[in-house]
Amino acid sequence: MAAQEQQQPQSRETETEVDLPEAPPAAPEAKASEATQGVDDLLDEIDGVLESNAEEFVRAFVQKGGQ
Amino acid sequence: MRVMGSETEYGIHAPSAPGANATMMSARIIQAYATVTRQRAAGGAETRWDYTDEEPLHDARGWTLDRAAADPSQLTDQPPVLDAEAVALAYGRQELELDGADESGSLLMNMVLGNGARLYVDHAHPEYSSPEVTNPRDAVAWDAAGDLVALATVRKVAADTSLPPINLYKNNTDNKSVSYGSHENYLMPRSVPFGDIIRGLTPFFVSRQAICGAGRVGLGQDSSTPGYQISQRADFFEAEVGLETTIRRPIINTRDEPHATADKYRRLHVIIGDANLSQVSNYLKFGTTAMVLSLIEAGQAPKIEVHEPVQALQAVSHDTTLTATVRLIDGRRVTALDLQWMYYEAASKLAQETGVSDSVTGDGHTHGVLSQWESTLTTLGTDLDAAASSVEWVAKKSLLEGYRNRDGLAWDDARLGLVDLQWADIRPEKGLYYRLLSRDRMARIVDDGDIARAVSEPPSDTRAYFRGRCVTKYGKDVVGASWDSVIFDVPGLGKLQRVPTREPLRGTRSLTGALFDRHPEAGPFLAELMGQGQPPAKA
Repeated sequence: MAAQEQQQPQSRETETEVDLPEAPPAAPEAKASEATQGVDDLLDEIDGVLESNAEEFVRAFVQKGGQ
Repeated sequence: MRVMGSETEYGIHAPSAPGANATMMSARIIQAYATVTRQRAAGGAETRWDYTDEEPLHDARGWTLDRAAADPSQLTDQPPVLDAEAVALAYGRQELELDGADESGSLLMNMVLGNGARLYVDHAHPEYSSPEVTNPRDAVAWDAAGDLVALATVRKVAADTSLPPINLYKNNTDNKSVSYGSHENYLMPRSVPFGDIIRGLTPFFVSRQAICGAGRVGLGQDSSTPGYQISQRADFFEAEVGLETTIRRPIINTRDEPHATADKYRRLHVIIGDANLSQVSNYLKFGTTAMVLSLIEAGQAPKIEVHEPVQALQAVSHDTTLTATVRLIDGRRVTALDLQWMYYEAASKLAQETGVSDSVTGDGHTHGVLSQWESTLTTLGTDLDAAASSVEWVAKKSLLEGYRNRDGLAWDDARLGLVDLQWADIRPEKGLYYRLLSRDRMARIVDDGDIARAVSEPPSDTRAYFRGRCVTKYGKDVVGASWDSVIFDVPGLGKLQRVPTREPLRGTRSLTGALFDRHPEAGPFLAELMGQGQPPAKA
């Protein structure tokens, strides 16, 4: 939490600081470097998964109204 | 925390049969699941919907819309009717005679599932409405279970090689000016004035998309302006408050169908959210909204009002840097993140006062929501790209930017449109969200085993437990069910037995589990339910 405090907008000034030793870990955020390394690999995989003829496929996806 | 639930209308498409009737395809989806569940449960884990308590024209502001004045799409209290010709067109006459129809000869358009959910044809889309749950973690689990139900139907349809395969998409627009919804429902005391709800929720809904938007390629209802925006739904909202859900969509929807004891409760029907595949976004969507409702009930919602909220909603959606400001009535200009921090601060303060966020003695959920909310807002404000593993619109944007960088694609390139569409394909081998999940690039809130269990098991702590177990255990004697009733036709009893379930927190495992366990047959079960001085109303 310490790192976050420098970044807070003024709306956080009223917060009482509490220690939360047993805070459950929040979901992990992206591991940036790993993401960069894996991105080409990922795009290659997705190339193989994408429907062929993007233009026609996207054009044909026509829905009727819903809520 | 609070009784809540989700509704997902899936986009439906048969690539090999363009122009196929969407209502008929949706009926095939429901029929496919009926076949799947019939195979799974002896007696058939499928039940008809009971329309008795549907009141789609009741307005929370205190009046009822005249039927004649209503848009036909608002008349959701009548079962949809398919004529024989439409059925024959979609199924072929032989198919209809073989298994396209149930015993009474009509197509099954509406099912109650063993997990307490409803699966049905809503207009031109298949819709899964989750069972009632009491916390955002369970909301994620039973909403994701709906995606597995949808997957099972797609697989079943694909196995029939005589008819075109059908794809389902968990998204909210076809990018050609049509939108379909993903709704949330929250139980509230009726004593809270509706005006307080409108004032308290509107600034929150204008800014909530920053944490739970699903991302969309294209700006404008018809996507005619190239670009990328935060929300699937924002461009389809045209009013601040209203009863409609299909036309002139309002930020605050006033449909007043409590599906519960009407003088005690209201069911707040939220129509502004995007359908989420990202578990973190979905968790935050339900968790933070539930906490904001607690703020409103306590009279402690931030005292702010956004100037022209519909335009502000769209301005926020169209700014993927999260730096655009919207004007408040008091003249201040604030970003979406500023608004979210105001709500976070107020919610955090109230939770400390009431004790619900205490990590030991609290409710077991509020603490987790606050912690995730704070960390997500911090990431979005300091290192936006790092939110790609948790916030759905950032995750999708990151993938799209990968394509733009590698192949030099402009925002109106059809391949980016395809990435946007296929992001939401519910098949794990085709859906791009699922490709990222399988590489652990998307964070999980609920593990796969819990989601798989939620496909067939109801939540234990709401009336959905009663509904789901009735359907699973006594399916052959259950002739109808709805949110607030289960109807039995037990041989020898002569007349139908309707068990009302108008209290959402009764009918739980702790109240009725042993009763189910004692009775393999519906007759003695009902006899004890009614005979032990426990009238059916308290089921």
